[in-house]
Amino acid sequence: MAIAPATARRHPDDPPAGRRVDPARRRGGPARHVVLFGLVVGVLLVLAPILVIAMNAVKSPADYASNGPTALPESLHLQGIVDFWNRVDFGRKLLNSLVVSGSVAILGVGLAVLSAYALGIGRVRGRVWFLVFFLVANLVPQEMLVYPLYYLAKSVGLYDSLLAVIIIFTVIQGAFGTYLLSSVFARFPRELLDAAEVDGAGRWRVLWQVVVPASRPTLAVLVAFFFVWTWNEFFLPLVFLVSNDNQTVPVALGVLQGQRIMDATTTSASALLGIVPAVVFFLLFQRTLTRGVMSGAVK
Amino acid sequence: MFLLPGIVLSTAVIVVPLLMTVGISFTRWQGIGRPEWIGLDNYSRLLADANFWASFRNIGLVIVAMAVVPTLLGLVLASALYDHVGRAYGDRTASALRSGLYLPQIVPVAVTGIIWAWILHPDYGALNSILADLHLEILARNWLGDPRYALYSVMAVLIWVQLGYPVVMFMAGLQRIDPELYEAADLDGASWWQRFTRIAVPLIRPEVYVVLVTTTIAGLKIFGQIFVLTRGGPGNATLVPSYFAYRNFFERAAVGYGSAISTVLTVIIVLLTYVFLRVQARDERLGGW
Repeated sequence: MAIAPATARRHPDDPPAGRRVDPARRRGGPARHVVLFGLVVGVLLVLAPILVIAMNAVKSPADYASNGPTALPESLHLQGIVDFWNRVDFGRKLLNSLVVSGSVAILGVGLAVLSAYALGIGRVRGRVWFLVFFLVANLVPQEMLVYPLYYLAKSVGLYDSLLAVIIIFTVIQGAFGTYLLSSVFARFPRELLDAAEVDGAGRWRVLWQVVVPASRPTLAVLVAFFFVWTWNEFFLPLVFLVSNDNQTVPVALGVLQGQRIMDATTTSASALLGIVPAVVFFLLFQRTLTRGVMSGAVK
Repeated sequence: MFLLPGIVLSTAVIVVPLLMTVGISFTRWQGIGRPEWIGLDNYSRLLADANFWASFRNIGLVIVAMAVVPTLLGLVLASALYDHVGRAYGDRTASALRSGLYLPQIVPVAVTGIIWAWILHPDYGALNSILADLHLEILARNWLGDPRYALYSVMAVLIWVQLGYPVVMFMAGLQRIDPELYEAADLDGASWWQRFTRIAVPLIRPEVYVVLVTTTIAGLKIFGQIFVLTRGGPGNATLVPSYFAYRNFFERAAVGYGSAISTVLTVIIVLLTYVFLRVQARDERLGGW
């Protein structure tokens, strides 16, 4: 499930820089705090499940048994996390996820740049139809493709291999990237292209030395998105990566969850281990993403 | 020349499998041996299959939980955060609250399933234990295991997951609005509700469209949350088309039947997107935003 967060929609105008507190609004009775109070309570309720998980992940099973899920932990007990890590060889799953997501992010953007260069700047004939093609490619639900892909992968010996998943997601994400980048490139300043051409640069040189460097912020946003989306993909990896050694983090967690063989503290530990990388990426990419939105780069 | 890799790869990974699935949907096939041509039999069987209808009824409610409710709540929350909290307490407070609402969006699907399956567990789940602490045992339920409540529990989880997305999008959209409009409205003594319905909502119509389209499509495609929370059960109480297809592909080896389900779903998604895009285009032409 790939839902574009903030940048799916973009704004030509820069948003106003941080507004300062409006002094006129400072007046008014305590009533105005009611809304803030309500919102804070609401946000805490939204965060509560994650906080409860974090709390129980660092509880000893004995502590959990005697005090229940909602009590604060008596002491910081990290053994549950360590045990879970070793039991499922979590390092291996992290590595698999990194390899898949990293490759897809880079290759997918590369593929999208090539196609979008032809459609957005090269203006090939029938470009509208190509764009519709890539848009529909992105709309098709994965279960429409899964069985033939599974069958084909088996017949060429790519079943249960990271490579198959990398190829499939490179194409799926690349189709979305093509659709998006084509409109960015369509607005690429013609003078830059013409100047390069006058200097005698070929089409490859124009792409690598003019177009790509000038669109770097947009490409960075796409890399970040593709990485996170691929990281969270569940359905196709679940079907394709069946052996323990090839599972990605979401698949490993989802399968273990399905078996329902874990006690509550181990369950929490596993959930916490699944959340931490996602939050790390979010924080890492947040600046890139905000910058992308701000500069109106992703069009 | 530059288009070649994209076209070749998309054809191999998307177009060919897509056509194969359509083709297989007219056959009886177990995944091995030769598919047997049976014409439209799979489709007529679908129309008589209670699971099929259940999965489409459920997907309707899933869309309510993933698209409709988050959009409506998101409009109110984004406006309250931007118009009230942002002005009265500064942007930092508003964006901190926004980040809090957005956090469930970045939690991987599998983890969402783990968290909620445990919180909603009838015996050792946190929700029932909190209810017990409050002496409200009478409200405790087998949230995911009872067919009467399972779908509503799933819907609540989906709202939790989705809410942050419209809030972020709408707050970004609200920044586009000329502050002078608000000031003029203030001078005219407009209430919060009037500023909300007369200025904010009409001006961020484009964002509302994008959110509705993307979340509706995501709702139609939903698989992961159902897989980790309920596997479509109990019975067919939370069955959705994609999981229904998955089950036919990989658990029952009814590949032809699974393909028919996927084909119907794909047609619906493509049609719906087309309608959405048309409505949006017409709206923009009329200067409706």
